[in-house]
Amino acid sequence: MCGIAGQISNLAERPEPEIVARMIAALHHRGPDSTAIYRHERAALAHARLSIIDLESGGQPMSNEDGTLWITFNGEIFNYIELRALLEGRGHRFATRSDTEVILHLFEDEGEACVDRLNGQWAFAIWNQRSEHLFLSRDRLGVRPLFYTTLPDSFLFASEIKALFAHPGVARTLDIQALDEIFTYWVTIPPRTAFEKIHELPPGHSLWWTNEGIEIRQFWQIDYRPQRAACVEASAEELLELLTSATRLRLRADVPYGSYLSGGLDSTLITALAQRESGKRLKTFSIGFDDAEFDESSFQVQAQKYLDTDHHAICCTPGDIQKIFPDVIRHTEKPILRTAPTPMYMLAKLVHQAGLKVVLTGEGADEMFGGYDIFKETKVRRFWARQPGSAMRPLLLRKLYPYLGNIQAQPDPYLRAFFHFQGDPVFFSHQPRWDLTSKLKLFFSEGTRERLAPARREVPVPSAYRDWNWLNRAQYLEAAYLLPGYILSSQGDRMAMAHAVEGRFPFLDDRVVDFASRLPPEMKIKVLNEKFLLKQAARGLIPESIRKRSKQPYRAPEADCFFRPKRAEYLDELLSQRKIEQQGLFHPGAVARLIEKFEAGTAIGIKDNMAMVGIVSTSLLLEEFCNS
Amino acid sequence: MQQLRNELRRFITDSIMYGHNTDFLADDASFLENGVIDSTGVLELINYIETRFGISVDDQELIPENLDSINGLLRFVEKKGGVLQQVGRAGA
Repeated sequence: MCGIAGQISNLAERPEPEIVARMIAALHHRGPDSTAIYRHERAALAHARLSIIDLESGGQPMSNEDGTLWITFNGEIFNYIELRALLEGRGHRFATRSDTEVILHLFEDEGEACVDRLNGQWAFAIWNQRSEHLFLSRDRLGVRPLFYTTLPDSFLFASEIKALFAHPGVARTLDIQALDEIFTYWVTIPPRTAFEKIHELPPGHSLWWTNEGIEIRQFWQIDYRPQRAACVEASAEELLELLTSATRLRLRADVPYGSYLSGGLDSTLITALAQRESGKRLKTFSIGFDDAEFDESSFQVQAQKYLDTDHHAICCTPGDIQKIFPDVIRHTEKPILRTAPTPMYMLAKLVHQAGLKVVLTGEGADEMFGGYDIFKETKVRRFWARQPGSAMRPLLLRKLYPYLGNIQAQPDPYLRAFFHFQGDPVFFSHQPRWDLTSKLKLFFSEGTRERLAPARREVPVPSAYRDWNWLNRAQYLEAAYLLPGYILSSQGDRMAMAHAVEGRFPFLDDRVVDFASRLPPEMKIKVLNEKFLLKQAARGLIPESIRKRSKQPYRAPEADCFFRPKRAEYLDELLSQRKIEQQGLFHPGAVARLIEKFEAGTAIGIKDNMAMVGIVSTSLLLEEFCNS
Repeated sequence: MQQLRNELRRFITDSIMYGHNTDFLADDASFLENGVIDSTGVLELINYIETRFGISVDDQELIPENLDSINGLLRFVEKKGGVLQQVGRAGA
């Protein structure tokens, strides 16, 4: 995995050499093995390399045979061996063993449609020296990041926003509308990012830059086409074959790899398949918590013993979260409402210290196979809506969250009030959560409220969305927004790449995603049993105690970490009335009262926690990027 | 009575609305309907009235009639014989 950056001048002038050098230097953590820059007339492409495939000759930027196409590429094309054979059959000659060169030759033959053949995770730029056109592409589900901005005299792109900020002409201004979106949906809706005029290329999209301007095209999106399934056994067998193939492809590397082991179904299954397919004893990595409410160590130990992996574990304390959080925000490059990325940052560091660059994880299984509680919650609320007067039906809601003390302690009428949303059925599944998160805007200052657009942009959905079933709609909102905008980025790529670690996700193989999109709802959630088919596919491969356990969502100690055992020193300045007033985003009085609640130990609600993490992360972001 | 009412409103203003003006909220207005208290805030409210007024709230008493307006809270605390505890700003 690597970092990429580039600058294309609008004018017939060479970009200043120093600027691209500074841009790629800002991404050193993503690619510490080597750095190189290609310069030609109006273009400069840069690459920071983390060597994983073809260690000797896979350096970048790389050109085709006649030097007319140049590529800088972050990611992996897992089916590159098969594509190479195809291209050699067409007469192409290869100078390296890398997947990078495969993209170049495929692009020569098929142009922008080449991405349809790629099974992988990518963000790349190809500069055509002859036509002076630039082509950017980002993988289907947004595993790899890609940002861009335009200046009066040039176009800039990079793996991370901090590289764009290395150009002195790029303004560093927080986007108030982005704050509105994050304090509603948890994520910004691409192409919006947390900063004004900095754009994210949405997952599944490509971009053409020419001297006439920019054109963005979508080449892929999830399309749910549920069909009457074959019997459970046959479907489970097909799924296992696909997952095995997806895992096998993701073992292609010229360096050692490992796997995360959370103690849940998804990562345990991927670890089992990876170990079986590689024939090697795998290094596995997990994180535990000293707070039993969040800790899954006992399941991690069961998985490790069953699979006999070479296991490495680390314990995360509230003090760790307090200490590391500012670094985490430097990498997320956006405000967040939960501390959960912080332990993932620690876990990636553990992998790096063990000498590995690649880990497989179970990410994506919940989105594709119906693992999240919100899906079951939606099912119960629909069941209840058919008999709104029922006293028994809403009781199922309490069963959904056995691990959430606050939900268990709710008086019935309040539980009903929260879940019994009766508004627009288009977003039936997510509206209660968005409404709850929106309440955090009570902390916005008058100035912030005045600057917000009168109507927040609604989450865009495809035209087919309204025809999809209830589960597919909810799945789409998770897979199209929360997955790339939070899970794969704030909690994924950005935490792993902070320590030069590449994540690989068999559940996000496009064949697995396509298979999942054709499953009927009952194959995903049978009554209230989540990931039903996946559990059948895992039979005999993982411990029964893990295969049968209910999903325990990954959570971490929340905002109390900033105040216990001792208040974080950096909060003194960061949350001072003077600083809050100076930044102008939040209401100083409201922030002061929230701080009082945390210091008195009376902040017990989800809202208080999300508000504090959101305010601290936003303020840290401003200090890190906008005041330097 | 007025002291109790003021104390309840102070809690709602300071702790639930984080200092934002609550003049819009009449004494008999529903917290739920006005978006003042949601499902998480009610736990904080219960914790507050138990510690601040020295009462114990039974499960069957956790109903909107008792908890969903300033007047409802006032009646409930009085019925339970609640007395303002001199323990600083509990729940604030």
